Amino acid sequence: MNAFKTIKSRITPLDIINVDTDQIIPKQFLRLIQKSGYSDYLFYDWRFNQNGDPKKDFVLNNPLYSNRMILVTKENFGCGSSREHAVWALLDYGFRVILAPSFADIFYTNCFKTGLLPVVLEKEEIHHLFNIGINDYVEVSLISQTVSIDNRVMNFQIDPMKKKMLLEGIDEIAYTLQMEKRITDYEKKNENTCTRINII
Amino acid sequence: MQKTLFEKIWDQHKIANVDDNEANHDELGQSLIYIDRHLIHEVTSPQAFQSLRERGRKVRRPDLTIATLDHNIPTTNRSLPIADQTSKTQIETLRKNCKEFGISLFDIYSPYQGIVHVIGPELGFTLPGTTIVCGDSHTSTHGAFGAFAFGIGTSDVEHVLTTQCIWMIKPKSFLVNIEGKRKNPHAITSKDIILSIIRKIGTSGGAGTVIEYRGKIISELSMEQRMTICNMSIEAGARAGLIAPDETTLNYLIGRKYAPKGNDLDTLFEYSRNYLTSDPNAHFHRVETLKVDQIAPQVSWGTNPSMVCDVTDTIPYPDEFANGDENERKLAIRALHYMNLQPGTPIIDIKIDRVFIGSCTNSRVEDLWEASLVVRGRKKSPYVRAMVVPGSQQVKMEAEKIGLDRIFKEAGFEWRESGCSMCLGMNSDILSPGERCASTSNRNFEGRQGSGGRTHLVSPIMAAAAAIEGHFVDVREWI
Repeated sequence: MNAFKTIKSRITPLDIINVDTDQIIPKQFLRLIQKSGYSDYLFYDWRFNQNGDPKKDFVLNNPLYSNRMILVTKENFGCGSSREHAVWALLDYGFRVILAPSFADIFYTNCFKTGLLPVVLEKEEIHHLFNIGINDYVEVSLISQTVSIDNRVMNFQIDPMKKKMLLEGIDEIAYTLQMEKRITDYEKKNENTCTRINII
Repeated sequence: MQKTLFEKIWDQHKIANVDDNEANHDELGQSLIYIDRHLIHEVTSPQAFQSLRERGRKVRRPDLTIATLDHNIPTTNRSLPIADQTSKTQIETLRKNCKEFGISLFDIYSPYQGIVHVIGPELGFTLPGTTIVCGDSHTSTHGAFGAFAFGIGTSDVEHVLTTQCIWMIKPKSFLVNIEGKRKNPHAITSKDIILSIIRKIGTSGGAGTVIEYRGKIISELSMEQRMTICNMSIEAGARAGLIAPDETTLNYLIGRKYAPKGNDLDTLFEYSRNYLTSDPNAHFHRVETLKVDQIAPQVSWGTNPSMVCDVTDTIPYPDEFANGDENERKLAIRALHYMNLQPGTPIIDIKIDRVFIGSCTNSRVEDLWEASLVVRGRKKSPYVRAMVVPGSQQVKMEAEKIGLDRIFKEAGFEWRESGCSMCLGMNSDILSPGERCASTSNRNFEGRQGSGGRTHLVSPIMAAAAAIEGHFVDVREWI
């Protein structure tokens, strides 16, 4: 997993609530069997016409917003399907941080697994970020749990284990495997309970 | 201590906390939860297996894992080769992975193949009191059996394959009471109930919670109908949906392939009857009530499952829908533009091009049977292309045994092989740009059923009636 500490970048604003994962990456691109190569498919139907030409009015097609690592958006980002491809597409495109007032649960969980940082800020703070200058830089520090712009510092909450995993780029499975004995003990204790019969 | 049903299942499956010395860990940190059942399909699993292989890891409990092909397979003649090369690769990859890691696969030709959330219950794989995961958000369906069932991403699929556990912050309990009496219970379906709930609480109303549905009506519903409700819990943003098991639930399990038998089944029944219910004074983080007395058949008009109205309504004006919220107003304007609809248009005046009866929401025998009652002796509109896609091979066989296929075919509907099909359009079952579809599926997002396609979510009987007339009709006039 990609470790994450601090990032300083200009922002890309996406002023829509309830952005669902079908928009982040449409289903025709879920047929691949690898975790990368999704950059061109991010927001595909919003970015391109039926004939594949870029739609001029979509923010990712505006050259002023190229090469940015922070996406600022609105409530309930990532709702709908559990497809982790949505996270892979955002990362492949170059985003490392998503700032929003709220996220859908499965998407939020998925982000941490591959090194994309979802940050929940207050509505008013997001409103402020939508109104900063187009070339203003925003600094996001996972270590201090802050989003900073000019003189303003906004704090955010994050689960301590998720923070540690992301900061150190820890493999979550390797971490869990250290608890092997506890899992085995649990299985032994419960192997004869009616709901956990070896079924096959 | 008084506990909700969800809290009981959670506590039963909790192996560890991140830091067991931390006070109030349930509120602060993640817990390690044991998973009893894991369902796998071709789309969200290849990267997980590849990663296992690269790291030299094994599947911990292949005996608690089953796989099927459902998302991208064709629903036409199964004896023909799969035309789409990338889909074919994904299908062959799952076959190879299941073989290598010792997982039972219900392949295309299996009599048990079908949509994961249809076959899990059908096989008796889904049991009360269990924890169930799948790399698919509609795993919430299995909550109808009193299981804690939720969708996960591919990294967590890998985590569960390797460790049979998952890290999770404990969701809160949310109670939805469903009260009152439906005026016409045959015309007002469980799909109308869940769409009304999402309309009321919004697409993020259930975020961070497990919704328990309760009420006299719920106890009167069949397992099929309960599954429709739990299935769409995710459309309200909930982590899972839950209905306490009762005799209907337990009777459903008898004789199923993987369900416990004999004494084991008796033990499960006893456990379920004595324990799997929320305690009378259990605390719920949030409580909502839905009164069903006045519910009409529901039709979605926009591009998320909260944009829903009664079939007797007209398309709302954005201000009316938004109720003062500027973000919602902008979203409604965008949705109306995408859907090519004018505010003030009666729902029954909306003409449709396609009808899709299928998906993990509404593709079980009872759904098809109800739709067939509307279709019987009638012909579909010549302007509509209508498809019925049974949820599984078992559903298809049973439906054919009672002659449902003939009713649909005689009315001009296509009768197809089982799969996810046009619910998400990963195979060739898609809408063309601009086409309008009455669909029994669960999501009306932009492009969901095909780029530029326009989806209206409805119940199976509403979809069937729309296919006959070529536009939406109030199905209460027919039933």
